[in-house]
Amino acid sequence: MYPAPFRYHRPDSLDAAIKLLERLGDMAKPIAGGQTLVPMLKLRMGDVNDLIDIGRLPGLAEIQINDNEARIGALATHATIAASPLAERIPSVRDCAGGIADLQVRSRGTIGGSISTGDPSTDWAPFLHTLRAVVEIQGPAGQREVAIDDFVSDAYTTVLKTGELVTAIRFPLPPPRSGGAYIGYKRAAPAYPTCAVGIQLTLDEAGVCSAARCVLSAVASTPVTSDAADAALVGTGVTEEDLKAAGELIIAAADPPEDVRGSADYKRSVLRGLFLQAGTKARQRATGETIEGSHSYV
Amino acid sequence: MSEFVEAVDIEVTVNGKTYQRSVEPRLLLVEFLREELGLTGTHIGCDTSYCGACTIHMNGAPVKSCTLFAVQADGQTLTTVEGLATDAGLHPLQKAFSEHHGLQCGYCTPGMLMSAKALLERNPNPSDKEIKKQIAGNVCRCTGYQNIIKSVHAAAAEMRES
Repeated sequence: MYPAPFRYHRPDSLDAAIKLLERLGDMAKPIAGGQTLVPMLKLRMGDVNDLIDIGRLPGLAEIQINDNEARIGALATHATIAASPLAERIPSVRDCAGGIADLQVRSRGTIGGSISTGDPSTDWAPFLHTLRAVVEIQGPAGQREVAIDDFVSDAYTTVLKTGELVTAIRFPLPPPRSGGAYIGYKRAAPAYPTCAVGIQLTLDEAGVCSAARCVLSAVASTPVTSDAADAALVGTGVTEEDLKAAGELIIAAADPPEDVRGSADYKRSVLRGLFLQAGTKARQRATGETIEGSHSYV
Repeated sequence: MSEFVEAVDIEVTVNGKTYQRSVEPRLLLVEFLREELGLTGTHIGCDTSYCGACTIHMNGAPVKSCTLFAVQADGQTLTTVEGLATDAGLHPLQKAFSEHHGLQCGYCTPGMLMSAKALLERNPNPSDKEIKKQIAGNVCRCTGYQNIIKSVHAAAAEMRES
């Protein structure tokens, strides 16, 4: 399978890449790892005249932990993030990074590319909702920041304007007694998840939930959140019953597409199971337990 | 868009040998290896980034060569399945796959070998689970996974001893 012909450019700085993207307009596309874009080009989805290779731009792949926040450069690969000290400190980061596709894809695919595609079935954008992340963007008009909740506006659509590139993702480090989990169900490793659930919790000293953020992935055109579900968990001990009740609130907001991965009802029942698993794991991690595990597939 | 696009000059090191070629930007890396360099050990399976038959190493990391353009490999160091054997003979993984019936039709084998090699380079004594996770992006349509796992264990043991 061959993409339609395109011209290839490899600018040596972020500024040069932005200028080129601005000049060439919407028929030009940036390529980083290419793990979403190359298969789409091979299927000839969308017209592209020019590919701007940003994959080697310097200084955009760093993963930093500062006093109160984490910052992941847009060009950091899933594999690098999964093996980073940040993932060691916040295990849900490893759940997400290490659960994406297979190791070959994780070697190439980048966090910036993943969120920029706006694909409803990808993992980073929904997962980052649980950590209330902010997306750093650079473009012809300079720098700006957008909350992850506002970044993906529709399926395959983000707020990025012509010439704009994601440069980093930032999120506050969770306070003490916090724990999170992100679990998807996939039909096979290289497949996109049928659906996935992310939950981030903070407990007080008595083990009562003081803050919660839940998200569902791949069951609507954008990640699904529910203030009602988050509020329902606050004040509880995050028991099985509490999770089932909160799960129903957020699952009611999902609109799972019926496709080769299953019917809407099937996906809702998978979501119920994943929500319970993710919530239990998040609570255990918040109490200091070390628990591994990520997406499951058969 | 005109059907004519200017070719791009690239330089790629494959299995220790450096090649310079002029390629069309849309040329896939797997086609470059097979058609331009004659390295047909790397197989095209699904051609959709699913099956892993086209797995090679780029700068030491396993990647799917059907999901990369040759121009993206410019200046990089690649290893394909042809780079495993030496004058001294087969790589321990190749020997183990042969001895433990780790291949049936052989189509997935180059990809399996390259994924397994990446694992043994960082983990000389992997568990069953670690091997399964490592080859999760490599599909064997003969379903010979048990013997593939056995072969990886055997190769790991031999490499630990040598």
